[in-house]
Amino acid sequence: MSEQTLTIRDATCTFCGCVCDDMHLTVDVNAHKITKAENACVLGRAWFKEHGIEERPFALINGREASTDEAIEAAAQILAQARFPIIYGLSDTTCEAQRQAVAIADMIGGNIDTTTSVCHGPSGMAFQAVGESTATLGEIRNRADLLVFWGGNPAESHPRLFTRYAVTAKGMYVPNGKKDRTVVLVDVRRTQSAAVADIFIQVKPRRDFEVLWALRALVKGHSVDPSIEAVTGVSLATLEDLANRMKSCRFGALMFGMGLTMTRGRHFNSGALLALASDLNAYTHFVAKPVRGHGNVTGADNVVSWQTGFPFGVNLGRGYPRFNPGEFTTVDVLGRREADAAMVIAADPGANFPQAAIDHLRSIPVIVLDPKPTHTSQLAKVAITTATYGISVGGTVYRMDDVPLTLRPALPSPYPSDEQVLTRIKQRVSELLGGNRVPELAPDSLAA
Amino acid sequence: MSMLRIVNGRIYDPANGVDGEVRDVCVAGGKIVADVAPEARRLDASGLVIMPGGVDIHCHIAGAKVNLARKLQPEDHRHDVHPRTAITRSGVGGTVPSTFTTGYRYTLLGYTTAMEAAVPPINARHTLEELHDTPIIDKGFYVLMGNNVLLYKLLEQGRRDDFRNALAWWLSASKAYTAKLVNPGGDEAWKGRRNANITKLDEKIESFSLTPQQVIGALIEAVDELGLPHPAHIHCNNLGHSGNFETTLETMRIADGHRAHLTHIQFHSYGQVAGKSSNNPTSRAKEISEYVNSHPNISADVGQVMFGKSTSMTADAPLAYMLARFGGDKWVNADTEHESGCGILPFTYQDRIYTHALQWAIGLELFLLSKDPWRMVFSTDHPNGGSFMSYPRLIRLLMDSEFRKQEMAKVNPRALRQTALADGLDREYTLNEIAIITRAGPARLLGLASKGHLGIGADADITLYEEHEDKERMFGAPRHVIKDGQLVIEDHEFRAHHEGRVLHVAPDYDPAITEVIRPFFEDYYSIRFNNYAVDDSYLGRHERVPTAKQRATGT
Amino acid sequence: MAETMTLIGGRSSRQGTSLCAGKLGAEYIEVSSTLEMNAEDMARLGLKDSDSVRLRSADGEIVVRCKGKPAKDLPAGLLFIAYGPLSSALMGSDTAGSGMPMSKNIEVEVEAVVG
Repeated sequence: MSEQTLTIRDATCTFCGCVCDDMHLTVDVNAHKITKAENACVLGRAWFKEHGIEERPFALINGREASTDEAIEAAAQILAQARFPIIYGLSDTTCEAQRQAVAIADMIGGNIDTTTSVCHGPSGMAFQAVGESTATLGEIRNRADLLVFWGGNPAESHPRLFTRYAVTAKGMYVPNGKKDRTVVLVDVRRTQSAAVADIFIQVKPRRDFEVLWALRALVKGHSVDPSIEAVTGVSLATLEDLANRMKSCRFGALMFGMGLTMTRGRHFNSGALLALASDLNAYTHFVAKPVRGHGNVTGADNVVSWQTGFPFGVNLGRGYPRFNPGEFTTVDVLGRREADAAMVIAADPGANFPQAAIDHLRSIPVIVLDPKPTHTSQLAKVAITTATYGISVGGTVYRMDDVPLTLRPALPSPYPSDEQVLTRIKQRVSELLGGNRVPELAPDSLAA
Repeated sequence: MSMLRIVNGRIYDPANGVDGEVRDVCVAGGKIVADVAPEARRLDASGLVIMPGGVDIHCHIAGAKVNLARKLQPEDHRHDVHPRTAITRSGVGGTVPSTFTTGYRYTLLGYTTAMEAAVPPINARHTLEELHDTPIIDKGFYVLMGNNVLLYKLLEQGRRDDFRNALAWWLSASKAYTAKLVNPGGDEAWKGRRNANITKLDEKIESFSLTPQQVIGALIEAVDELGLPHPAHIHCNNLGHSGNFETTLETMRIADGHRAHLTHIQFHSYGQVAGKSSNNPTSRAKEISEYVNSHPNISADVGQVMFGKSTSMTADAPLAYMLARFGGDKWVNADTEHESGCGILPFTYQDRIYTHALQWAIGLELFLLSKDPWRMVFSTDHPNGGSFMSYPRLIRLLMDSEFRKQEMAKVNPRALRQTALADGLDREYTLNEIAIITRAGPARLLGLASKGHLGIGADADITLYEEHEDKERMFGAPRHVIKDGQLVIEDHEFRAHHEGRVLHVAPDYDPAITEVIRPFFEDYYSIRFNNYAVDDSYLGRHERVPTAKQRATGT
Repeated sequence: MAETMTLIGGRSSRQGTSLCAGKLGAEYIEVSSTLEMNAEDMARLGLKDSDSVRLRSADGEIVVRCKGKPAKDLPAGLLFIAYGPLSSALMGSDTAGSGMPMSKNIEVEVEAVVG
């Protein structure tokens, strides 16, 4: 039996942005299953143990089974013929695949965007406005004596943020873990995360900005009117107490979720929080960190940034990168019915996007690369089954704090990786376009 | 690879004592050779000046902090786009260009090698991924070791052998080129105690029984003992502070005969008016220059300030915070566990501002007072003092005293009066000297035996400039650039794609050191020791540059 | 009788674990079609656990099953649902120039589905 059991130590879980790299996996080679994932949280266990090599077709073209080769040819034809092709997704695949996807977008003069635009995209915009004082998770683990979680529910979405990196984890200057830290949770509802919080502050929906702005004022010693309670649901005394705690801690960290970015205020909320953390550095050391959702969404931000100069929502139609959230972000490009072809990699806009955007996706040729059937693969013209990153595919991913890690795949897969498929699509598109498509701008139109 | 005979060009190859002679250069197999077959392609270089490809010893072009700075400033990119062509990728410029654009634009200036100067080892993979997407040029990086908590612990316990072995392990594990020190001792104060900094080299470092003096001394010595091709690369304490020249002199004295490279030394050459409460700096370029001139174990790059938009990005986080408080613009701070701090902000140097004008003038003083161009080499600390795109203008400032005078007339006169520039320092650099400070010198300081010259066996990295009275124009657009024997730019146009090499070291160490390092990781790092070292797959095309011992033993 | 309430979409553990089994699987569909609601609000609307309830926003309309939560966890007037195709159907595609559709705190009309 023993030769049929494989142990992989220090594998990396890519389910969420925590990207924990201490998974000890037991693999039943014959059954093609991971039977044990030591150190994994409830989500990580499901990620590893639910994974099986399914009997899926290598590809579907118009719903009919096809080979990977045929699907690559069909995908390349679609992309080469499109006038406004878009590429979207990329947060659950390797950096190596992301690099190929941006290269294709550059070659075809397309639009490239990632799931960042519908998670912490507003935080990215806020970052560009005010900057950010931040730290790696290890720094927070070793030093933070005050943790403020805002607009997120890590207990359910990022369980090991609490145990491995922040709350109960012991560190160099907080040797007793949670005993040495104060934990504050701010949210509109009492989630499971409240269980670890010393202080829970309940904010009225859509009033985070007002609370954050009042805290900025209090931190700087300005007075705030007690009517803040009627507006936000939080009393002035509570806010003063929090402001004092933040100013007097030794190393504070504000970790925030999509409760800020997906609601009224969006990038203003993130900007207020980032500015608050920066302000606090006049009094103590303070950092902020958006808690990122997908396993390599941070890698997507990094790759798109280093290749184009901008983190998401980039259009290459003029032959050079242009960035404009609200214009070149995918919900908008689809909502305005501009795109005439789409390639979606490791994402499911067919389930997550507003109805108008989904309706437009249904009306254009869509290429999907995904290990599993999704709502998007069901509406796709070309659906290519790829191997799962982190389980069957190696490569690089970035943790939510920009720390890069190399994956240790555990199971072989009959399916190709996203990187392999994208590389071949790129080569074929290049052949079809006769090299690179350089935009032909009429001199007259430039002069005008 | 194709053969090439370059004829009729005027050659500046100071490493081989060639100063403007007209002779042929032959290329085969990516190297300079003595001769090529008669059927080899001839490239007529009549009227052209031939130099080895430029070598940038200190710049910030790839990795986590660079990418944060890129993301931070869409406004920096939008005015300076870089469209794709049939053979090149698109990108954006500004002070922090995208990776492809960085590679192309260095090449367009005739540079064929550039070294990223500050990478926390935990982010080495990221830097290598970006360098892989930085085309044409050869490249490497220096790894931040001057605030490493485990090294501090070993040093504190007097374990010098373990210290040296751990340093060697870190250099190998990260695929770095040498050890970089930035504001040694400052991180602990910055992260741990109300954003403080360390200001004296004999001050106790927060949480340790150690001083910056001990850290600097130990790292200089250990790098020398390891025989790395390039010595410890040092960003001194107190960067930018009035009166910091004392710290700089003290740092150089700590080297005590060992090799040490002091980087962007302009930022470390400031005096202070004695007894005055005013914090305005004065120039101490003369003292710094004299020390460097008379100590052959010391080398430096200048870190010239150029007026206009820059981006401050540094592992010296308290410095960035101080600068951010002046300007009030956006500011990034990024703490890296046990290894580094980092600060980023947009910055603009203005000729009318006293301090900026003084910094500009001090840089020029350092160039013009230098007696050994091989040891006081060219840099702007891109993009801190200014973009690498301003190199041609800086070359003109050095070669053309009339132009320099015109420019001096525009800057804050009170600042200028503080400096030797006001005393008629009218030296003009020759083409030979420019070839030294921009390629031959940096290559020699980096220990790159096959770069920075055009002798037999050298890498065929060659730049051909059109001679021109206006040196900014001349150096701004070489006619041809050859990389590894391939004409990548011909008649100012890209003709070929090329992937440069990653230059790195792999010093030998006692493998038992990993069992000293591993427990520290298990207790205090947020990633596993087994997942830390960077594997060879991240190197792509690469060249391991041997240590002195490896060279001697042929390993 | 319809009332106006505020809907929060979000993640939950079960949404996460059922995602791994597949978004087209029965468990994921069940998780993403269950609405958490303040228990007193439910009583007032004549709803009990597992009853069907219709949510209508400016952009769409869905029918889900509801489940009561005490007021200390979910204040009156707030609703929670795990992200999924159903919650998406209530979102508008106007991102107000941000790229981000309004995905949390959506105003919805809530009414019991009779029969």
